[in-house]
Amino acid sequence: MLTLQINGKSVEVDVDPDTPLLWVLRDVLGMTGTKYGCGIAECGVCTVHVDGRPVRSCSLPVGLIGPHKAITTIEGLQADPVAAAVRKAWLDIDVVQCGYCQPGQIMAAIALLKKIPNPTDEQIEAGMSGNLCRCGTYMRIRAAIRNVAAAQGVTP
Amino acid sequence: MTSKHPSSPAIRRRQVLGGAGAFVLAAILPAGRSRGAGMLVEDATAPFAPNAYIRIGSDNVITMILPNIEMGQGIYTSSVMLMAEELGVDPQSVRIEAAPPGGGAEITGGSTSSMTEWMPLRQAGAAARAMLQQAAAARWSCAPDACVAQDGYMTGPAGQRLPYGELAAEAAKLPVPKDVALKTPAQFRLIGRPMHRLDSQVKVDGQATFGIDAQVPGQKVGAVAACPVIGGHVGHVDTQAALKIRGVVTVLQIEDAVCVVADHYWAARKGLAALDVQWVEGPNAAVDTQAIYRQLEGGLSGPAILADHHGDTQQAMTRAHGRYSATYRQPLLAHATMEPINCTIHVRPDGCDIWTGTQVAERARDTTAEVTGLPKDRIKLHSQYIGGGFGRRLEHEYVTQAARFGRQVSYPLKIIWSREEDITRDRFRPAYLDHLEAGLDERGYITGLTHRIVGPAVVARWEPSGLGANGYDDDLSVGTVITPYTYPAYRLEFARREPPGVITAWWRGVGGTRGLFVVEGFIDELAQRAGIDPVAYRREMVRNNPRALAVLERVARESGWGAPLPPNCGRGVALQFAFGSYLATVVEVEMPAPHDIRIRRVTCAVDCGQVINPDQIAAQIEGGLIFGFSAALYNEITLEKGRVQQDNFHTWRVMRMNEAPKRIDVHLIESGESPGGIGETGTAAAAPALANAMAAVQKRRYRYLPLLSPLNQPSGHEKEQQG
Repeated sequence: MLTLQINGKSVEVDVDPDTPLLWVLRDVLGMTGTKYGCGIAECGVCTVHVDGRPVRSCSLPVGLIGPHKAITTIEGLQADPVAAAVRKAWLDIDVVQCGYCQPGQIMAAIALLKKIPNPTDEQIEAGMSGNLCRCGTYMRIRAAIRNVAAAQGVTP
Repeated sequence: MTSKHPSSPAIRRRQVLGGAGAFVLAAILPAGRSRGAGMLVEDATAPFAPNAYIRIGSDNVITMILPNIEMGQGIYTSSVMLMAEELGVDPQSVRIEAAPPGGGAEITGGSTSSMTEWMPLRQAGAAARAMLQQAAAARWSCAPDACVAQDGYMTGPAGQRLPYGELAAEAAKLPVPKDVALKTPAQFRLIGRPMHRLDSQVKVDGQATFGIDAQVPGQKVGAVAACPVIGGHVGHVDTQAALKIRGVVTVLQIEDAVCVVADHYWAARKGLAALDVQWVEGPNAAVDTQAIYRQLEGGLSGPAILADHHGDTQQAMTRAHGRYSATYRQPLLAHATMEPINCTIHVRPDGCDIWTGTQVAERARDTTAEVTGLPKDRIKLHSQYIGGGFGRRLEHEYVTQAARFGRQVSYPLKIIWSREEDITRDRFRPAYLDHLEAGLDERGYITGLTHRIVGPAVVARWEPSGLGANGYDDDLSVGTVITPYTYPAYRLEFARREPPGVITAWWRGVGGTRGLFVVEGFIDELAQRAGIDPVAYRREMVRNNPRALAVLERVARESGWGAPLPPNCGRGVALQFAFGSYLATVVEVEMPAPHDIRIRRVTCAVDCGQVINPDQIAAQIEGGLIFGFSAALYNEITLEKGRVQQDNFHTWRVMRMNEAPKRIDVHLIESGESPGGIGETGTAAAAPALANAMAAVQKRRYRYLPLLSPLNQPSGHEKEQQG
């Protein structure tokens, strides 16, 4: 049995330690908001946070995480003001198309904005270029992140 | 693809009103789902398979059953807008259901949805509204016209007000009117105004369920490997090591593939890695990419199908002041949708359920009936959100495969193709060679154009009845015959060559994307040869085509065409009439070195007729362009020994945010024409506009895709003959 902290709750899972976090989330715990795209950390659709840092869950064996690291998924953002701002920005300008990559994009954007509340375009690209989108929503993702930063700028 | 699909059937009573003598609500949601906005509902209560578009519950919940599937193109939103406009409801309050096969589901592809649904969905909404008005009029003893339908409420002449739900039972007893007047554009409250996507909320919350997210109680997960060479089959299989992997349940086989079934996908993947399979590779084991191109080259001369012609091209060539020819080549392309191929199926002795994303719901059902031997009406397809279509899910072979595996077990089985399986076993946009020759007048304008396309006919396998009597696939007319230009003499030939070792398929436009790259590149070459500005050259060619002229003028103005640029920068233009829409595109690039390219800015002007949801037109063009740029710059599927050599995003490069254009501006031109398609237009524009911009900087032509291919040598291969 392995113990994990997922979205503020302690969870025990009975899997081999080499099992990637992604498949524990999706197939063992039934949390399907985190997506499978490539399995080799190339596309970012599986992005979750581990202690606030964006991590590709498809390539992170659960045995390496340990019982104390805080794992946050797209399902665990209810009380997070940055997440709320990001989602609002996404809705305001209709970023999504097919939507499959968007949980990963949103997790990456939240991590970026928590680290750099007012990122430059270069910093946005550095933070987001690991996340692929086949529908090509990059223009709007960039704009939405700028909008979050701008909105936070006027809020004391 | 341009194939015309049967438009929606005529509205019958039950189609509009649902079932059971009342307007029935799709009340039962799959367990564990919240009723979030944009969440797909399913009508589990209907006692029959309705072909309904609209259902209204007595609790005033309105459900719309949509014939086209949502794969990112925003069709759920625009379809609901069309019905809601006439019915008089707030689109945001509507529940969405994907129409089932045999119950209104249509093939979703070819940028046809808005074109085909424009009338039927408005008529459905209008018919339902008329019946509600009539029911209200009977209750209030007034004329139906005196009852006003708005925001889900009916208002009577004396100020009476009832929600639609309270009129539903009475309305359901009325006959369906045949000819209900539709709103005029001046009366539109929704159509033509920006509407937030109805599926945004559920997608930013991570609650939208795609096919791969299906969770059926008791399901097992299968990792699949098919023979890596098309046409091969499974030989000896040793399951011993695989079955020892913790969590592995069983190993299934069909003729050309194996499936390791486990409690979860990772165990299945480990099992598959441990499985010892000998493949019998079959007749394609020696196929490589060069064999495919050699076959195409053979079609450049010799007999061909005469696809289209007018005027006397031979005479035009003989009498021409000058002649100019070029050969263009483009590669096999994968789809690589972000959601890998998957399908969940539960085959039982008395029926079958399927959860998947498909652009061809009916085919998915029918293939399952064939494989399982079950009657079609015992097969229920639960259509899920599609994590990227791009034509990939116009194929249904993965459903067939899932059924073949699924019929061997009693539990629900979810098969997931790894990304590697998804790319290597994809069905590819074909490779083509095109040869064009123009006869030119003394100013350098076309007096005659001959064009030969060498490549496969995708429609021949996909829908054999769609192939012309002469063997022509008229999808190839997009961007060639169907064009904003008119030529005094024209001849289009098609030398059909079906490549060995691959299966070819639709993409985000086949005819449109391949045709535009060739024709708009060639016209750019002619402008360059004539020493005429590329916009001015096209302007002259479309001077009698006002819609084409309008988008061209607009894009020239908005893009700053002709304004000075920094060093190593250039602009390229492409003009098109495809999928019923006019589009002009200017791409501005910076190329510090021949292999170093940045797309600074893209400007589009579009006339797609009557617009339903303007911001989503822009979204489709932005995304379509990026999809097209990605393929144009980077992508080519190659084969060696019958095996596809690209297998994941490190070898199948997809444009990233830092490589995407810094800016895309889409300008809509107001138009009262019928709606044109939009999903594939941006992709079709991408390669030619980009290639023309690169040509402007590098002073060489780009006739080979991908554009960064070393085949695009500075010398080019053009032949100039004085005639």
